[in-house]
Amino acid sequence: MADVSQAPLQTADGRPLKAALAKAQARAKRRAFLLVLPLLAFVLLTFVLPILQMLQRSFYHDGFSANAPATVAWLEEHPQGSEIDETAYAALVSDLAAMQKAKTAGAAGTRINYTYPGTISIFKEAAREAAKLQPPYKAALVALDKKWEDPLLWVTFRHAASPWTTDFYMVSMDLRRSTDDGLQRAEPEMRIHLQLFVKTFGLSALITGLCLLLAFPIAHLLAILPMRKSNLLMILVLLPFWTSLLVRTSSWIALGQESGIVNDILVGIGIVADDNRIQMMYNKYGTILVMTHVLLPFMVLPLYSVMRVIPPSYARAARSLGATSWTTFRRIYLPQTLPGIAAGSLLVFILAVGYYITPALVGGADGTLISNLISFHMAKANWSQAAALAAMLLVLVLILYWLYDRLIGIDRLKLG
Amino acid sequence: MTSPNEAFVAFEHVQKSYDGVSLVVKDLNLAIGKGEFLTMLGPSGSGKTTTLMMLAGFETATHGEIKLDGVNINLVPPHKRGIGMVFQNYALFPHMTVGENLSFPLEVRGMGKSEREAKIKRALDMVQMGAFANRRPAQLSGGQQQRIALARALVFDPKLVLMDEPLGALDKQLREHMQFEIKHLHESLGITVVYVTHDQGEALTMSDRVAVFNDGRIQQLAPPSDLYERPENSFVAGFIGENNKLQGTVEEIGQGTCTVRLATGEVIDATPVNVTQKGQKTLVSIRPERVEYKPELFPAGAHSIDAEVLEFIYMGDMFRTRLRVAGSEDFVIKSRNTQGQRMLRPGEKIKVGWHPQDARALDP
Repeated sequence: MADVSQAPLQTADGRPLKAALAKAQARAKRRAFLLVLPLLAFVLLTFVLPILQMLQRSFYHDGFSANAPATVAWLEEHPQGSEIDETAYAALVSDLAAMQKAKTAGAAGTRINYTYPGTISIFKEAAREAAKLQPPYKAALVALDKKWEDPLLWVTFRHAASPWTTDFYMVSMDLRRSTDDGLQRAEPEMRIHLQLFVKTFGLSALITGLCLLLAFPIAHLLAILPMRKSNLLMILVLLPFWTSLLVRTSSWIALGQESGIVNDILVGIGIVADDNRIQMMYNKYGTILVMTHVLLPFMVLPLYSVMRVIPPSYARAARSLGATSWTTFRRIYLPQTLPGIAAGSLLVFILAVGYYITPALVGGADGTLISNLISFHMAKANWSQAAALAAMLLVLVLILYWLYDRLIGIDRLKLG
Repeated sequence: MTSPNEAFVAFEHVQKSYDGVSLVVKDLNLAIGKGEFLTMLGPSGSGKTTTLMMLAGFETATHGEIKLDGVNINLVPPHKRGIGMVFQNYALFPHMTVGENLSFPLEVRGMGKSEREAKIKRALDMVQMGAFANRRPAQLSGGQQQRIALARALVFDPKLVLMDEPLGALDKQLREHMQFEIKHLHESLGITVVYVTHDQGEALTMSDRVAVFNDGRIQQLAPPSDLYERPENSFVAGFIGENNKLQGTVEEIGQGTCTVRLATGEVIDATPVNVTQKGQKTLVSIRPERVEYKPELFPAGAHSIDAEVLEFIYMGDMFRTRLRVAGSEDFVIKSRNTQGQRMLRPGEKIKVGWHPQDARALDP
């Protein structure tokens, strides 16, 4: 049979073995593919497409470029640094007049407003007056509002001249343009995004840590108890899943608010003065408290699934080898629960970073997170700004995911 | 063997209950000498593993004293007992390499790096696994993991090593090989070994003495040959090896010998073990290989009884013949396949007999 290793293997009737195998399996593969096709289509339609569309929106806004063709043409002919002369203003006034007819001055103003606040009103005003304006147009416009001669406004026009832009990311990173087309940090009172990102990630990390501290003993107890008892306790852990999130959050409000049960009890037993009740809700402590509770099961389940399969003989072996119970925990038990810790932390953190309802209800002013700002922009139809913030969140989460894969390995992720 | 006051390990009136209702270990008294290889053998639920766990410190005795080297260790936590232990499924730490596994007991004892390395090397060489220090347990075969578990239990030079069915997960050939290796390690290191198994072959092969457990009690504590040849009660006779049982009543009893009348009327010779007087019910136990069916081999003056061949099984090195004897249909004799050995045919009528010392009259 030595010659067999030389030539490719063939079937009894002389076809190449590989082709025969592929043919034999083709039918099964086709059927398998057809079976997953509905799910694939569903995921594509409801998950991949919306994300791609969101990413596109975060780079695209044609509010100015589509409605100010003459100004866009002037900007294309005159490179950055050219003097903004009367021809430019003439083009702008003709655009404004067209906008008034098409009722698009608001859309154009909104686009400029993102990177040069306070322009929606001057666009609308100028568009109303555009038909009556006489040359010289520069002086006429400046007479309406001083902002029209601000070189920064024209820098802003130049960047809005194309519908494709990174301006929304610039705003999301608390940056703004300077007159010479450079980037500089936004005014202190406008720097809200980075701070909110930092707060979101910080609070999420804190909530993850609290969940881990609370879930570890619970999961361990569940793992070592006999099946019947642990099943009962598991139901208690899962019970919150069977209640509406809104109801759970509202219950927390009932418990924790200033006139709530907890405060009443504390006042009743004299720990807290009646005029000095603890502020637990409508601030970041409320967000931390309620989100820790809501996300706790997501930490318990992965931990439990990992702990359940750690045989007790490891701990016994360590003890018999001379390790104290603390050393046994630290060097034998804890390292083996790492995949569970990592999976639970990743899950809780990612959920927390994008959490919306709870901070919206109990967060108050200082307990809201980035998702609440995204929601704010969506409510105002600022789709591109919301999309840019969401995309940044997505990228940050993907980086975390990548880090997890590098450090722990994604194939070791156990979610319950 | 060893008297309790020079025993290295001693159980004194030890009882253990898990639920407060029933006793898993009932009044255990056991003295294990220094350097001895003692096996606890018994069916599952007999209390042997519980006894081992009490010695290791993972279970506390409900009553009684456990002494190690003369000191009561009832309240000493497991990590301070200094007892090496090999677990059923090895319990090698999966997140550590073989070297780290062996290093662990030395590190927790605060041993320096160079000393640790020397001891690890010595222990790995002892089990012929010197080249595997950097592997992870998952990369080793069952037999190799077994060796590492052994090396880890020995690396910190414990005076006492406990083994809880350590060979249970290995295939037959490897198991037999490891039995000899463990035996040799025991002999060369001079350590005391307490070994738990439910495999009687393993117990007989390796041990200096075997303690047969059943129902929370030691049924017999004896060297392997005594256990096999001179079982002291019907449980031990039935548990260790194969044996034929005949029910009867003591007819005559003398010095070291007795006659027993079987239920069907025949009279046989036996050695009284735990019968003391005439008229007592008894169960006579005879090993299949000690039954003779050639009249010329019957001992002079001994009784022989009628038998009918029911089945003949050719086993290669042995013949196994099932007979009807005194109404019992599972009386078995074993004969070696020697040159000229006669093969019995089913239906053949023969007579069987035995030396009185091979038939032991036990409790019914």
